[in-house]
Amino acid sequence: MEHDIVVTMRGITMEFPGVKALDSVDFTLRKGEIHALMGENGAGKSTLIKCLTGINDFQAGEIHIDGVEGPVKNHSTMDAQRVGISTVYQEVNLCPNLSVAENLFIGREPTTKFGTIDRKAMVRQAAKLAEELDIQVDVTQNLENYSLAIQQMIAIARAVDMDCKVLILDEPTSSLDDTEVEKLFTLMRRLRDQGVGIVFVTHFLEQVYAVCDRITVLRNGALVGEYPIEDLPRVKLVAAMMGKDFDDLAAIKPEGSKDYSGEPLEIDAKGLSHKGTIKPFDMEIHKGEVVGLTGLLGSGRSELARTIYGADRAQSGTLKVAGEEAKIKQPIDAMNKGMGLLPDDRKEEGIIGDLSVRENIILALQAKQGMMRPLSPAKQEELADRYIDLLQIKTASKETLIRQLSGGNQQKVILARWLATDPDFLILDEPTRGIDIGTKTEIQKLIIQLSEEGKSVMFISSEIEEMLRTCNRMAVLRDGEKVGELDGELTQERVMAAIAGGAGDE
Amino acid sequence: MKTKEKKKINSNTLLLLITILLFIVLYAAGCMAYSSKGFTHVQTFLNILINNAGLICVTCGLTCVMLTGGIDISVGSLVAMDCMLLSVGMSKWGMNAIVMCILVLVIGVVFGMVQGYLIGYLEIQPFIITMAGMLFARGMTAVICTEQVSITEADSTLFYKWANIKIKLPAALGYTNSKGVLQVPYIRVGVVIALLVLIVIFLMLRYTKFGRSLYAVGGSAQSAAMMGLDVKKTKMKAHVLSSFLCSIGGICYCLNTMSGSVQQATGMEMDAIASSVIGGTLLTGGVGNVIGSFFGVLINGTISSIVKTNGKLASSWPNILTAALLCFFIVLQSVFALLKDRNKK
Amino acid sequence: MNDKLRKLTGKALFLPIFCMILVLCINVVYDIAQGNRFYDFFVISIQNGVLYGRLITVLNRGSEVAILAIGMTLVVSASAGTDISVGSVMSLRASLCCMLIAGFGVTSVASSADFACPMLLGILAGILMGGVCGAFNGTLVAYLNIQPMVATLILYTAARSIGLLLCNDMIVYIRTDAYGLLGSGSIGVVPTPIIVALVCVVVASLILKKTAMGMYIQSVGINKKASRIAGLNSKRIIFMCYVICGLFAGIAGIIASSRITSADSNNIGLNYEMDAILAVALGGNSLAGGKFNLVGSIIGAYTIQAITTTMYAMGVSTSQAPVFKAIVIIIIVAIQSPVVKAWFSKRASHKEKEAVKA
Repeated sequence: MEHDIVVTMRGITMEFPGVKALDSVDFTLRKGEIHALMGENGAGKSTLIKCLTGINDFQAGEIHIDGVEGPVKNHSTMDAQRVGISTVYQEVNLCPNLSVAENLFIGREPTTKFGTIDRKAMVRQAAKLAEELDIQVDVTQNLENYSLAIQQMIAIARAVDMDCKVLILDEPTSSLDDTEVEKLFTLMRRLRDQGVGIVFVTHFLEQVYAVCDRITVLRNGALVGEYPIEDLPRVKLVAAMMGKDFDDLAAIKPEGSKDYSGEPLEIDAKGLSHKGTIKPFDMEIHKGEVVGLTGLLGSGRSELARTIYGADRAQSGTLKVAGEEAKIKQPIDAMNKGMGLLPDDRKEEGIIGDLSVRENIILALQAKQGMMRPLSPAKQEELADRYIDLLQIKTASKETLIRQLSGGNQQKVILARWLATDPDFLILDEPTRGIDIGTKTEIQKLIIQLSEEGKSVMFISSEIEEMLRTCNRMAVLRDGEKVGELDGELTQERVMAAIAGGAGDE
Repeated sequence: MKTKEKKKINSNTLLLLITILLFIVLYAAGCMAYSSKGFTHVQTFLNILINNAGLICVTCGLTCVMLTGGIDISVGSLVAMDCMLLSVGMSKWGMNAIVMCILVLVIGVVFGMVQGYLIGYLEIQPFIITMAGMLFARGMTAVICTEQVSITEADSTLFYKWANIKIKLPAALGYTNSKGVLQVPYIRVGVVIALLVLIVIFLMLRYTKFGRSLYAVGGSAQSAAMMGLDVKKTKMKAHVLSSFLCSIGGICYCLNTMSGSVQQATGMEMDAIASSVIGGTLLTGGVGNVIGSFFGVLINGTISSIVKTNGKLASSWPNILTAALLCFFIVLQSVFALLKDRNKK
Repeated sequence: MNDKLRKLTGKALFLPIFCMILVLCINVVYDIAQGNRFYDFFVISIQNGVLYGRLITVLNRGSEVAILAIGMTLVVSASAGTDISVGSVMSLRASLCCMLIAGFGVTSVASSADFACPMLLGILAGILMGGVCGAFNGTLVAYLNIQPMVATLILYTAARSIGLLLCNDMIVYIRTDAYGLLGSGSIGVVPTPIIVALVCVVVASLILKKTAMGMYIQSVGINKKASRIAGLNSKRIIFMCYVICGLFAGIAGIIASSRITSADSNNIGLNYEMDAILAVALGGNSLAGGKFNLVGSIIGAYTIQAITTTMYAMGVSTSQAPVFKAIVIIIIVAIQSPVVKAWFSKRASHKEKEAVKA
């Protein structure tokens, strides 16, 4: 083992029932480096980290930690902390109702000779710690009085003070603004210089290049490679994450490069925004057009769509639907204007688990009709039968509970729910995530078919290829902002360059 | 950025301030309206303490449970059961007062352990479990004895002596009544116990690891677990503490009433919850203080005292006023929480 | 064999029916032990032109709880919380109604000539009052995000006291047959409360069946976020459930007050909230909300009444009965607890593994 290495993970394999989440992954962390762990959703980043911190129980492989004899297997975050591994998550895991000092020392408070907490000593030590790390806080104030960035830093300070050799930062910057991020980076660099090994997980490419020394890329549970930062320019990083060798990319001409600019506007948004998730944006979608939203996860794709639909209420701007001004306070208002949204989080926001397939299909149409005008049982059956047949939903019967279906079939049911409302404008947020190839193709076909019927579609997907196949135009998002649009000839090269930022911007 | 970090009045301190202010206003109003009926005498205030000694103990325990984000509505019934047990034990079984008191305290601990285990380790909603506890304790009171039982001097001279001790305060605080006799203000044993409990719990919450872990669990159970605290154990301990203090409260209560009956202390859980909430304890947990709860009890006591002094108001007014205050404070808390949420977004 | 048993126990109505049968069996055993005919519990005769028998007593006395259970089921389903104010609201409703009919400050009226306002108006005002109380609870829960049990705690305390206030701290008697009809009278040979309960149940299930309300409530209870995305107004639906619950508490209040032709604020509806919650739990509904089964709750309600009646028959006093109810509640919620469920399924899968190995 090299002297400056703190963590070595070799051949880590982790299987969930039916899925291989990690397939013999290696990972090496050196002392005094900031190491970015990159990959698209489902690549296995969090699973790998959970193996290291003892939350997941991996089946094969070994972990070695500097200063600890033999292979290490942690069984809880407590175990991990004992060998010097601390994690700071996106949601701060501290108690907002306690003072900063208490948050730094809870569970290990300095005590007086009577065994009670020595509050003075605690405040003194906390103030010293904060000063050392250059965090400007009054440690006697409650944590909730400080911004998220400061809270993150307090969490880091707690970890550092517990003698951590390895600091894992899991998406710490997701809810921070630029100045806050910069503060965090200063702290990270300081810790690096003190010899702490830092694992940094983020979706923001800019930040990787601002602060990291080395990048490890994962894809589909397998290791793509480990690179020094200077060997992996942005575009290559995107290519590595998405699984395309950049040189091999062939330009795919999109089908139906028809010009829709002559068609009437279905959606005309001006300056819509939702504080903290999406900066003000304009968006025009013509009748029959399929518009793709692209950008990395966390770039604001879903948030843009949700703001139009009213799932997150817009805090500024105006929205016209089919030429008429629309005031949308909540989803039902959008539905009455002919919209529909298939959300990306199927489990949390899509399915109603304990209701049957039939009920799940008719729910949105019923909501649109109103409570007092129920769909007749015959009509319900007919709708359910029609869509089960049309989308080839594999279910034992239409009375089966939706939670008993496979993910792909659940997705089809939710899709059926929206098709049943006969929308003029349908937003599909990651409709193909986690479902098999066959179903993916069917959904793509369906999108094109909807477009041919004169319906507008907004399509969000992490897979560029399927967007190229279906979209007429694409909007590019980066860091919560709409940064541009691509039309004319869409190619993978152009899209990826645009996502990565820099040369591709238009 | 900088404006965000600026010191501002903490909404929780604000709630406590409102409470203390409310007590002062209420008491002053009482003094002004009923000065002729002796409301201004020190003894009136001490009587509020004497009458509510049991409630103070119970509220201290309940506050600890509410800090973890839980609730305990079994307290009133438990007090009734304790009183009944003490009364029957001393007057019918001829037991020694000290033995009975210890027995009552042990029962409190066991009761708390069962409730705490079901809530902490089996993760059942605290409300349901303590509701069952409430039914159980009330029913058990009737199982022990369905009639009202009084403790007389003949049953237990010791207990009778305790109940009748008057601890006199400096005579300077007293007044001369219409017959020209100097009335020296006094308190009773129960008040001393209650104030001791108050101080001990206040120090415990502030200076012990257990006390702070109650706050941590209430602030965010998940975070507390991540920081290495045993959330389940903490919850269970909180319930044990609550039921134990409840038993102490039961003894104080019995010293006042010297009797036990099935209908005793009905609605006490309501008074205790209201006192706690009025005193600034958040129902969601993590924020609160027994000092606030103490003022909550005083407000409750002042209301009943005013109604009693008036003599014409219907007996149901204290209940209605307490509920109205409770409603006011709950809504206030909720509005604060909503505002905080909006600021974050 | 094992499979069949699992299928049977998995049925939605298994728990309530099982409990019901258990209680009936206890009665049969008790009758035999007492030297009565074993079917004594089920004997129905006609006395004074009204059906008579222990079974009828259960049905009659269980009416209030059954009516409350309807509203409670909806509240539990939609908001994963319980409305503990129903008992107090019953009492308030009774007080308001009697006060209106008798006039404020009057403690007793013996004929309809002395009525301060028409009886029907008083009754309607009473039911409406239930709705107002429900709206109050609903606002706190749905729009101010207050935990249901705490929000309803306010009226739990206040409603009964307000009722006392309305009655000028006294028990108001309306001693006319017309007022007593709903509680102690009968239509034909059937005691009226049974008919009222039946009507309530039928109306409620018709509304749930003939409108989309049942589906809305369940949908919100199962997944609030997803329901909102699908266009349901989750807050309004939760609010509505509380109003309905309040209305039913109002109706239950009439029966209770009519039974004793008076408004006894301190005793009407006492501990009924516990019975109603227990009925919902016994009916196989999860107190964590979501899917509900109205029929189960109704069976649950009568089972509880059967338990109560049986206990009284065995000489347990009214005040002692809660001990047994408490034990039943704890057993039911403990079985429903996710931790215990996980433990059972772990054991089951462990057994299966061993069976495979063997």
